[in-house]
Amino acid sequence: MNNDLNPALFYFLAAVMLLSALAIVYCRNLVYSALFMVVCFLSIAGLYAMISADFLAAVQIMVYAGTIVILIVLCIMITRRTTMERTNMPEKKYILRASVLAGLLFFLLAYIFVNSEVLPTTNNIIALSGDTVSGLADLLLGHYMLAFEIAAVLLLAAMIGAVVLAKGADEK
Amino acid sequence: MNLYVIYPEITVLVLALALIIIDLLLPSEETRRPLGYITILVLSILAISLFWQYHLTISAYFYQGLFYYDNYAIFFKQLFLLAVILTVLFSLQYIDTMKYSSEFYSMILFALTGMMILASANDFLTFFIGLELMTISFYALSGFGLTNKKSSEAAIKYLIIGSLSTAVTLYGISLIYGTAHSFDFAVVCKNPEFFSALGIAGMMMITAGIFFKMSIIPFHMWAPDTYEGAPVPVTGLLAMGSKAAAIAVFMRILFEAFFPAADYFMPVLAVFSAICMIGGNIAAMKQKNIKRMLAYSSIAQAGYMMVGICAASPQGLKGVLFYAFLYVLANTGAFAVVTVVALEKKGTDYEQFTALSQSAPVLAMVMSVSLLSMAGIPPTAGFAGKLYLFMAVVEHGYLWLAFVGFIMSMLSVYYYLKVVRVMYTGKSDGSTITISGAVRAAVLISMTATVVFGVWPQYLSMLTDFAAITFLR
Repeated sequence: MNNDLNPALFYFLAAVMLLSALAIVYCRNLVYSALFMVVCFLSIAGLYAMISADFLAAVQIMVYAGTIVILIVLCIMITRRTTMERTNMPEKKYILRASVLAGLLFFLLAYIFVNSEVLPTTNNIIALSGDTVSGLADLLLGHYMLAFEIAAVLLLAAMIGAVVLAKGADEK
Repeated sequence: MNLYVIYPEITVLVLALALIIIDLLLPSEETRRPLGYITILVLSILAISLFWQYHLTISAYFYQGLFYYDNYAIFFKQLFLLAVILTVLFSLQYIDTMKYSSEFYSMILFALTGMMILASANDFLTFFIGLELMTISFYALSGFGLTNKKSSEAAIKYLIIGSLSTAVTLYGISLIYGTAHSFDFAVVCKNPEFFSALGIAGMMMITAGIFFKMSIIPFHMWAPDTYEGAPVPVTGLLAMGSKAAAIAVFMRILFEAFFPAADYFMPVLAVFSAICMIGGNIAAMKQKNIKRMLAYSSIAQAGYMMVGICAASPQGLKGVLFYAFLYVLANTGAFAVVTVVALEKKGTDYEQFTALSQSAPVLAMVMSVSLLSMAGIPPTAGFAGKLYLFMAVVEHGYLWLAFVGFIMSMLSVYYYLKVVRVMYTGKSDGSTITISGAVRAAVLISMTATVVFGVWPQYLSMLTDFAAITFLR
């Protein structure tokens, strides 16, 4: 686990991430967008791995690149249509307003991040005694135990809600 | 670890799970009405038991300073319990017509758990999970009108815009964590680096996320459609519980975590509050649907409550707590009537309310009293509440804000009285609406309490004073 970022690798991953993110938005075919999403998520996982967040990288690959994308592709499959052409058309009406707002937000945040002196540097990285997984487990089952338990309730509530809405009114 | 501190949450949660299991055991053709009675009974006992939890000593924590159990949290827990009890009471009949009534009860209880957690949350992680538990339950609840297209529309709109606001909140929390290296409110405010550009960006994002939940203009675009489409009891809970929970946690975050920056927040909050009062009241005037009108009126009410936050004093907070309480009472009355009318006349437009005074005199009277209380007309509690709020903010120097609030209250009388006029004039079609005992109980409780707290606010005022003073020492 080394903390120094390899600049070449970082720029490569960042470029892949940005390009695939653009491709998600600009692909006219929804299936291609979903597949580009895998690329985007994998490069984010690569970035996580570079800052020694190995558990986060694994979760990113398993949950996002694996499950979420498969879920999206399945949803496309069950909402049947004759052709996949032109299924992900850009909304022309709002494009100017949206790009101005997004650009403004980008420059403001970029300004803040570049000028900020409190971002994690080498001297305020929290040292872990063991690996990241056991460190996380200590926090989740110790200090943040209550939040962890509530998360379980949250999942149950979400599941009950989803089942009710998915069963719908038709079935007996 | 102090398990005793979370006994209200545990009780509600066990009740929610028990209801699901009982539903499985009951034969499917049986009515689910007993589940509603169990809910009301257990929650009432819990709400009364919380009166013994007010304390003068140092408040208890659940674990290492997380999950605070102070008078402020206890007051809000009682408020949410009251809102849910009254909502279940007046909507027993409405819920019977639903397909999944027991799941409906348990989803309401899950949302209640989320609200109660929000009132106690003392770190950003618990806050976030509590917020999610509440809003995800509400996403599902607003879609529970399964045969109604508008209900699905309401759920989808709320889901998409709500998820967006959640993402903004989460990003803000991550920025705060990046600067202050802690989730704990008490630790965050002590970190000197917290008051930097990055920290301010984080604060703004968290504030924007909470404003979505409070439906403050300009973050209100989901509210009218969701309020109109969702089943009436859910609309009532969204207006009362969800909004009060967001206000509770916002005040805690503002005065604990963001305390070093709180003074800079006040002018901004004052502007938002004025926009809310003006925009909400003016938009409410031209609505044709009572639920939409109540949605815009609830936006305006959120603006009034923000006035109290701007005062940043125990008096201001006391005003907010007092107003939140009677706002729950007034809304119960109004939404109980809307529920009955929606059930009997299959609609909530102004036409359905024509000559309600002849078909159901009790309902017409309760509706009038509730609306007058929202407008702040003297004998009702709304007047006392607005008096506390505006007095506190004038003491703090925001005379113009109190002036805007005063003018807007006057204007709001117009559209509230429009409903009253519709109910008391017009030709009746001769039908009478039979009111069940539960609805009668709910509306009479809310009306009596509204009038009693209006002429005699002493005890409620003492309670809110107590909660506010121990919070803002």
